[in-house]
Amino acid sequence: MLLEVEGLCVNYGRIEAIRDISFSVEEGSVVTLIGANGAGKTTTMKTLSGLRKVRAGTVAFAGKDITTMPSHARVPLGISQSPEGRRIFPGMSVVENLDMGAYARPDRAKTRTADLERVFTLFPRLQERRDQAAGTMSGGEQQMLAIGRALMSRPKLLLLDEPSMGLAPKLIQQIFAIITDIREQGTTILLVEQNAAQALRIADRAYILETGEVVREGSGRELAADDSVRAAYLGGDV
Amino acid sequence: MSFLLNNIVELTVTGLVLGAVYGLVALGYTLVYGVLQLINFAHSEVWMYGSFAAVWVTVALGVAPGGPVLTAIGVLLLALLAAMTVSGGIALLLERVAYRRLLRLEAPKLVALISAIGASFFLAELMGLRDRVVDFFGLRDALDPFVRSARDNTRFLNPLETQGLFSIGRYTVSNVDVIIIVGAILMMVGLDQFIRRTRTGRGIRAVAQDSEAAALMGVNRDRVIRATFLVGGVMAGAAALLYLMRFGVTRWDAGFLLGVKAFTAAVLGGIGNVRGALLGGFVLGLAENYGSALVGSQWRDVVAFLLLVVILLFRPTGLLGESLGRARA
Ligand SMILES: Nc1ncnc2c1ncn2[C@@H]1O[C@H](COP(=O)(O)OP(=O)(O)O)[C@@H](O)[C@H]1O
Ligand SMILES: [Mg+2]
Repeated sequence: MLLEVEGLCVNYGRIEAIRDISFSVEEGSVVTLIGANGAGKTTTMKTLSGLRKVRAGTVAFAGKDITTMPSHARVPLGISQSPEGRRIFPGMSVVENLDMGAYARPDRAKTRTADLERVFTLFPRLQERRDQAAGTMSGGEQQMLAIGRALMSRPKLLLLDEPSMGLAPKLIQQIFAIITDIREQGTTILLVEQNAAQALRIADRAYILETGEVVREGSGRELAADDSVRAAYLGGDV
Repeated sequence: MSFLLNNIVELTVTGLVLGAVYGLVALGYTLVYGVLQLINFAHSEVWMYGSFAAVWVTVALGVAPGGPVLTAIGVLLLALLAAMTVSGGIALLLERVAYRRLLRLEAPKLVALISAIGASFFLAELMGLRDRVVDFFGLRDALDPFVRSARDNTRFLNPLETQGLFSIGRYTVSNVDVIIIVGAILMMVGLDQFIRRTRTGRGIRAVAQDSEAAALMGVNRDRVIRATFLVGGVMAGAAALLYLMRFGVTRWDAGFLLGVKAFTAAVLGGIGNVRGALLGGFVLGLAENYGSALVGSQWRDVVAFLLLVVILLFRPTGLLGESLGRARA
C-alpha cells in the first residue's frame, strides 16, 4: 500500500473533526472520499499533508510512519496536494506558482522545462496565461493552476480536495478527464469530492464519510450502484 | 516659505539621506509583518545594537578622522560588517527568545506584541547599563572605552572626512550624502532581487501570501521566519552605520524614536510591501524636512505623524497599497 491510515483522530480544540478513520490507497489507483459538507474530508486531507496535528492513529506512506512528520518534509517523499479553495499564490504569476510547486525538488532546474511542458500539455490554458498574476484569473483557471502546481513536485500521491468546486459543468467534465490522464501517467490519486457521481465513476475504491467517521467502503462501481448511497449522495437520479 | 524655497536643494538631499535610513529600518518591520502579520516592536533595538557595534569598531581600532582615504574606507567596511552581524544576530535572538515559542503555541498576536515590547525594554536598558554589567564581571579596566558614560550620547568619529563633491544651486552635495543614498538604494535592489530570485526569497513570498499553501509546496516555515528576521536585521545594521555617518551619535535609547519613524515609513509605503518601505522612508524624510522648514523644526515629528494620518485617511493600505503577499509579480 502506498498510503495506510489507521485509526486516525483529529480535533479542533474539543471538536472531534474526524474519529477513528482507517483507509488505504493502493499504488496506481484512484481512491475517493465522499461525504456531505462538514464530514471531515478536508481535515483528513490536511492531516495527510501534515497541516493538522494527529490526536490518535497513524499515517504510513510507502511503508514509513509519517504521523508526526512536518508538512514540508512530506513533499520530497512524494505527497502533494491541490487544496480545497485552490490556495494559489495570488501575487505570483502562473509560472511562478508552478515553480513554487517544484520548490522541494533538488533537481528542479534540470527538470523544469519538461515539467512545465507536461503541465501545459494537460492545461493549455495555463500556457496562454503564463505571465498573468494568478489572483486575477477565473476560478476554473485557478483550479487548473492548483492541480498543475501540485504536479510540479512529481508526486507519487496526489491529493485533490474538491477540484470541481464552483466550476461550470463543462469544466468539471474537463477536470475529471484530466484526473484520469494523470492517473494513466502513473500518479496515484486520493480524490475528495462532493460531486459523488463523477468521483465514483473514476474511482477504484471509495470511502463514505459521515460526521467524521467512515460509514461505508467499497469499489467505486459497487457504491455507485448501491441504493442507499444513491439516495444520500447521488440525488437518486444518476 | 521663502526659507523652504531658498534651501530646497539642501532640504531635499538631507531629507533623502534621512529617508534612506528610515527606509532600510522599515524593511525589517515590513518583512516580518509580511510573513507573520506581527509588528516586531523590538526591531528598533536591533538597529540600536548595530549602531553601537559600528561605534565600537572605530573605538577598538582607535580611528581618528582625517587619515588616508583607503584606511577610512577599510574601517567603514569593517564597521558595516560588525553592525550587520550584530543586528542580524540580535534579530535572530529575538526570534528565538521572544517569538518562537509563542508562534508554535499559536498564541494571540497581542501576546507576541507584549513579548516584543518587553524584549525591547530589556535590550535598551541592557545597553544603557552596560557599564554596570562590565563592572559586575570585573572587566572595567579592559572595556572602559566601550562602556564609559553608558547613559549619555555615544559619538561616532567618522573616519571618512566629509568632502563636497558637486554643487546644486547653493548646496554642495557631499561624499557622505551620496554614499548613504546610493548605499540604501543598492541594499534595496539587492533585497528585491533576493526575494524574487533566490529559493529562500521565493519561500518568503510564498509564506507571506499563504503560509499553509507554502507548507504544501515543501517550504519550511520556521526557516523562512528565521531568514526574514535575519535579513531585516542585516538591513537595520547597514542603516545604523549610514545613520552614524550622517548624524554621528547614538545612545541606548536612540532606537525608540527612530523605530517609530521607520515603522511609520513602513505603514506609509504599505506594510508588508518591500518597495513601499523605501518609498515610505523617502517620503517621510522629505516631508519632515520640508515641514520643519515651513513651520519650525520643533514641529518635525508632528509633521511626520500628520502626514501618516492624512495619507492613511485617503489610502488606508499605504502608498503602494498591496502587501508583499498580494503585490503583483
Ligand atoms: N479551522 C477549524 N476550526 C474549527 N473547526 C473546524 C475547522 N475546520 C473544520 N472544522 C470542523 O471540522 C469538521 C470537518 O470539517 P471539514 O474537514 O472541513 O469537512 P469537509 O471538508 O468534509 O466539508 C466540521 O464540523 C467543521 O466545522
Ligand atoms: Mg472540505
